[in-house]
Amino acid sequence: MKMPLSALLGLIFTGAFFLAAIFADVLAPYPLDAAVGKVWEAPSATYWLGTDTIGRDILSRLIYGGQITIFVATASSLLAFSLGSILGFTAATQGGLVDQVLSRLVDLMMAIPSLIIALVVLVVLPRSLITLILLMGLLDATRVFRLSRAVAMDIAVMDYVEAARLRGERQSWIIFREILPNALSPLVAELGLRFIFAVLFISTLSFLGLGIQPPLADWGGMVQENKDGLIYGKSAALMPALAIAVLAISVNLVADWVLSRTTSLKGGRGG
Amino acid sequence: MPPVLVLVTQRIALGLLLLLAVSVVIFAGTEALPGDVAQAILGQSATPEALANLRESLGLNQSPVTRYFQWIGGVLTGDLGVALTNGQDIGQAIAQRMGNTIFLAACAAAISVPLAILLGLVAARYAGRWPDKVISGITLSTISLPEFVAGYFVIYLLTQVFPIFQPVAMIFPGMTFWAKLHAVALPVIVLVLVVLAHMMRMTRAAILNVMQSAYIETAELKGLGPMAVIWRHALPNAIAPIVSVVVINLAYLVVGVVVVEVVFSYNALGKYLVDHVAKRDLPVVQAVGMIFAAVYIGLNILADVVSIVANPRLRHPK
Repeated sequence: MKMPLSALLGLIFTGAFFLAAIFADVLAPYPLDAAVGKVWEAPSATYWLGTDTIGRDILSRLIYGGQITIFVATASSLLAFSLGSILGFTAATQGGLVDQVLSRLVDLMMAIPSLIIALVVLVVLPRSLITLILLMGLLDATRVFRLSRAVAMDIAVMDYVEAARLRGERQSWIIFREILPNALSPLVAELGLRFIFAVLFISTLSFLGLGIQPPLADWGGMVQENKDGLIYGKSAALMPALAIAVLAISVNLVADWVLSRTTSLKGGRGG
Repeated sequence: MPPVLVLVTQRIALGLLLLLAVSVVIFAGTEALPGDVAQAILGQSATPEALANLRESLGLNQSPVTRYFQWIGGVLTGDLGVALTNGQDIGQAIAQRMGNTIFLAACAAAISVPLAILLGLVAARYAGRWPDKVISGITLSTISLPEFVAGYFVIYLLTQVFPIFQPVAMIFPGMTFWAKLHAVALPVIVLVLVVLAHMMRMTRAAILNVMQSAYIETAELKGLGPMAVIWRHALPNAIAPIVSVVVINLAYLVVGVVVVEVVFSYNALGKYLVDHVAKRDLPVVQAVGMIFAAVYIGLNILADVVSIVANPRLRHPK
């Protein structure tokens, strides 16, 4: 199938962001934390995107910040994805009490906005990378659970699953060998959407000062550090904001394309 | 009892049950964690006396169940306790800020709801043609923006490039209504941007869905103009889904408000919440978190009730 231009553009930009994150040490012209220039310098040949509130090179911080943002978002969406889909498939194949308990628990978690739960829990949790990844992964697993349960419900009534049950296969065989391969394409599109959601979520938390803590830098935190310059017409805060927006839109374009190719279920999107 | 009343009562009762369960989650969210809450709040360097004092004032020496019932009893009777950081009465602090949050959200709703429905109507009328593509393209990109990113783009555009507004939203008692409106203009613009896209896209989908019915074809065949068909025949039948879309998106405003208030240093409930998360002030965060969650759930119940009541098959059973 031919790839539409929008999806191609999205794929190129997403790829570029990931490459920049992986090779941050090679690409960044200056170290993360060195005040190399004057405060809030305009973009120039030496500092391509200018300098920030204490004279650090914005481009370098953008590249290192992207590494943290993308790492946290990838780790938490992978966690959400594996936890949510395994539990979702289990609920769909087991049915009965297991399904009831898991589904009602997920309903309960989804009845509260994720940001509010995160804020309440972050009062007492240490704000370290690992707690942020776990927290975001767990909160997001509820959405993956709903989708994968719905998809697996459709598949679990197929003849080939029935056949597998009759020949006495174990539960894990049915989940991983019968259901997973057939549920993969809607779930892959969902992975893209979960990834964007994680990028936006970690950026929002860091912007509120509750996510990634210095000396580490990430895009949301960079917006917060440089926001005061905006009042004096210094555009430093807009660079990380732009990075978040471009990454989110390009992943969205790719995910939209994958979704439009899968004719099956499209539930569980958004939020 | 008519069936529609039974359904509505059931839905509200379920909602109240859910609210109770949510209060347990909000209270237990911090309990279930490994380690000592007092230690987490004060940090590693806390003296044993300070820890003992904090345990005393949080009531950590009692069992979690006792503490939950004391807390929920307080919430229900309006006694929210005092803040750890400054000993201020939380109920009073919330009462002072609640009005500002409601004012901001109400302004955003008053602009975004009619605008979203109008844009949705236009997009549905010209589905697949350029007005639809332009509207859909713009809303698709605003959907991908988190609130604070949208916030700073709007600030830069409207205070630097076109200096029309002030970048902070200060509201104080004694301001006239119009001065207040001018002060909240920027945060309202950002909130409208954030909720407009979802609302407009769902309105468009709801109308396009109705447009496939047989009676729409009849209306077209008897020679009505396209706008008249939408206005007279499609819109009345799409009212139920549109209203529930609108209410669900108002619930979404609840989250948007928290971040936008921080962006504009707008002294209201959301900023109060975030500030006290940073200060690790547990009682304040639990109280305000519970209010936000309750409003969110309340609006979702309202959406369900509206769609039950708006269904003529349920209102006039055979």
